[in-house]
Amino acid sequence: MARIKGRFGRIAAVTVAGALAVTLAACSSGGGGGGGAAAPADIPAAGTDDGSTLTLWTRAPLEKQAKLLVEAYNSSHENQVDLTVVPNDDYVAKVGAAAGANGLPDLFAADIVYAPNWASQGLWKDITSQIDGLEYKDELNKGHLAAGTVDDKEYVVPFVLDLSMLFWNKELFKEAGLDPEVAPANLEEFADAAKKIQALNKPGTYGTATGLNCGGCLVFTWFPSVWADGDQVLSDDGLESLLNSDTAKKVYDTWKDLYDSGAVLPSSTDEAGPTWTAGFTEGKVGLQFYPATLLSSTPFDAGVSGIPGPEGGQSTFVGGDGIGISKDSEKSAQAWNFLSWLTSEDAQVGVLAKNGDAVARGDLASNQYSEADPRLVTINEVAAEGQTPLALNFQQAFNAPSSPWLTLVRNAVLDGGSSVDADNDEITAVLSQ
Amino acid sequence: MSSNAIKTRTAPVRRRSAQQRAEGWRGWLFAAPTAVIVVVLFVVPLLLVFQMSASDWPLLGGNQGLNVPENFTDAVANRFFWNAVGFTLLYTVITTVILLGLALGLALLVQESTRWKGFLRTAILIPSALGLASASLLFYVLYSPIAGPFAGLMNDLGFTFLGTPEGALWSTVFLIVWRYAGFYMLLMLVGLQAIPDEVYEAARIDGASRWQTFRSVTVPLLKPTIAMTMVLCITGSLLAFEQFYILTKGGPDNSTITVVQLIYSVAFQGPNNLGVAAALSVIVLAALVIINIAQIRVFNDKEPK
Repeated sequence: MARIKGRFGRIAAVTVAGALAVTLAACSSGGGGGGGAAAPADIPAAGTDDGSTLTLWTRAPLEKQAKLLVEAYNSSHENQVDLTVVPNDDYVAKVGAAAGANGLPDLFAADIVYAPNWASQGLWKDITSQIDGLEYKDELNKGHLAAGTVDDKEYVVPFVLDLSMLFWNKELFKEAGLDPEVAPANLEEFADAAKKIQALNKPGTYGTATGLNCGGCLVFTWFPSVWADGDQVLSDDGLESLLNSDTAKKVYDTWKDLYDSGAVLPSSTDEAGPTWTAGFTEGKVGLQFYPATLLSSTPFDAGVSGIPGPEGGQSTFVGGDGIGISKDSEKSAQAWNFLSWLTSEDAQVGVLAKNGDAVARGDLASNQYSEADPRLVTINEVAAEGQTPLALNFQQAFNAPSSPWLTLVRNAVLDGGSSVDADNDEITAVLSQ
Repeated sequence: MSSNAIKTRTAPVRRRSAQQRAEGWRGWLFAAPTAVIVVVLFVVPLLLVFQMSASDWPLLGGNQGLNVPENFTDAVANRFFWNAVGFTLLYTVITTVILLGLALGLALLVQESTRWKGFLRTAILIPSALGLASASLLFYVLYSPIAGPFAGLMNDLGFTFLGTPEGALWSTVFLIVWRYAGFYMLLMLVGLQAIPDEVYEAARIDGASRWQTFRSVTVPLLKPTIAMTMVLCITGSLLAFEQFYILTKGGPDNSTITVVQLIYSVAFQGPNNLGVAAALSVIVLAALVIINIAQIRVFNDKEPK
């Protein structure tokens, strides 16, 4: 036994010594954070197209658009882009692990709300001079450009815009005696329409739906109601939550009333995100705040407008992904060739607008495809009025499954609704960490 | 004694020694592949976790230097830490009690049943062949109020499997019982079959009833198997992750966050702080070692001598 203890002691000592050695070695390594290197200044305005293979990562919700863009680029250029689509929930972990191992792909996109954090961590190269060299820079979506700008250095261009819009099922509107061509002008009319559709008592059909256990869905669809009334959800520096304003409380009250009246799809209570749009797409929901990227895959005649506030107006959450050249890329000139093409009319109109997606350039809002479908004009016009909230700790405060934002909404809608101020303080505490 | 005589006497000793050395090297060579795997897949990650737990190491920023004891104090100060510990312990108690009881019952059933023995064993064991993540996805659809088979009924009744804290807990327990009962039954069955028939015959001759036989013969002789099953069950439950990650994501209302899920959340979903996540891992590792040692001691003390 003593011998075993002796051996065990030696093994333990070696293990602890090894751990300490690794720890001490690590302590001297330092590093990390604080802005990426500048891309070479001598990159041609349109980049280099010399037959290089570029790697690109994007997350699953934008797979359809990313594939179309990559196919169009590959068929018209010498360079070839190798696309990897990563499940949404794993994307942050995958990018983090690759960044630590200096193994990021040449190009990678990010949910635009994470762009301020990732840009400040130095995950992308500084492409200020390249972006400034674009003739149409002033027409690029300002929300996306601002999200990817740190200390006046620009790291990101828009990849795919995803806007939250009010969609309604025209057939259900007709059945409920509502005008299928007219959008609800404010949240009260939105709630009335939902209740009227609920009153049809059609089996399996509900007035509206949302994702009450999905922080990302809720910021995407509820923030615009606050913006539509001219209020803000965050302070300018992104360190303080303003989600206890009178306007915000009216938004929660409207949803609480809708929920209590039974006009909200019951599965919304525990909807964590994967199926939050399924009810509307299946024609079982009358009207819903919904991603504009799903317009082309909505299989029935749907009306589209901006998201209204309690008093009227309209706005949208300019979401989607921004894209930049990774800090680890050794093909900056070739990667810029893809990015400059991405912002060109060929990509914006020839691929995105043709597919029914929003364009990222104001000067292309009206184009041959949007003229054929007035809903696209509406989406592109509302995009100009929308906003992208900027905060370094956005994920932790809002999108994480255990975020204080989810706690606020669930308390406000499912419970008594008296803890909005205290819950809002929790969001501020996380934002200001 | 001449020098030749000495050579004659010592030569075989030297030959044995050389042979032993050669055998020793061969032994090392045979063990080397496994040793390399253990070092690469277990020791190195373990050392890396210790290193991370002592470092300020954000997910996107790399190692920023020493950060102890702050990582550990931050880990314990996390607003979900004590809730996660409490929930994990509650979940562990529930699943362990249900699984052990059910596994023993099923093992007795399939041992005694003669006509349906093969069918029963296969039917009960099949869920164990399914990966836990796959099983969780299967149940996610089963429980879904949109895509699941009970969707219409659930919507009509306003009921959701995963929509309330209690519903989410028991829905997950049901999945785990379905997935693991067959596996633990198999362990119990092996233990039951190791009990000699003579002991039961002696009990019968003594006039013991079925209950007396079960209580005084089966249970004491099955104790080593029960103890091993309990260690596996408790350890597995304390490390629960996939089922909650897929079914509930810690919700609703943060009611189903387990300690491992908290580690994942701190590392990849919220603060993105690998240092604090590693500190949490070290705390869990220490707790597991203590709990396992305690279990083994209790088991050893009560083992029939």
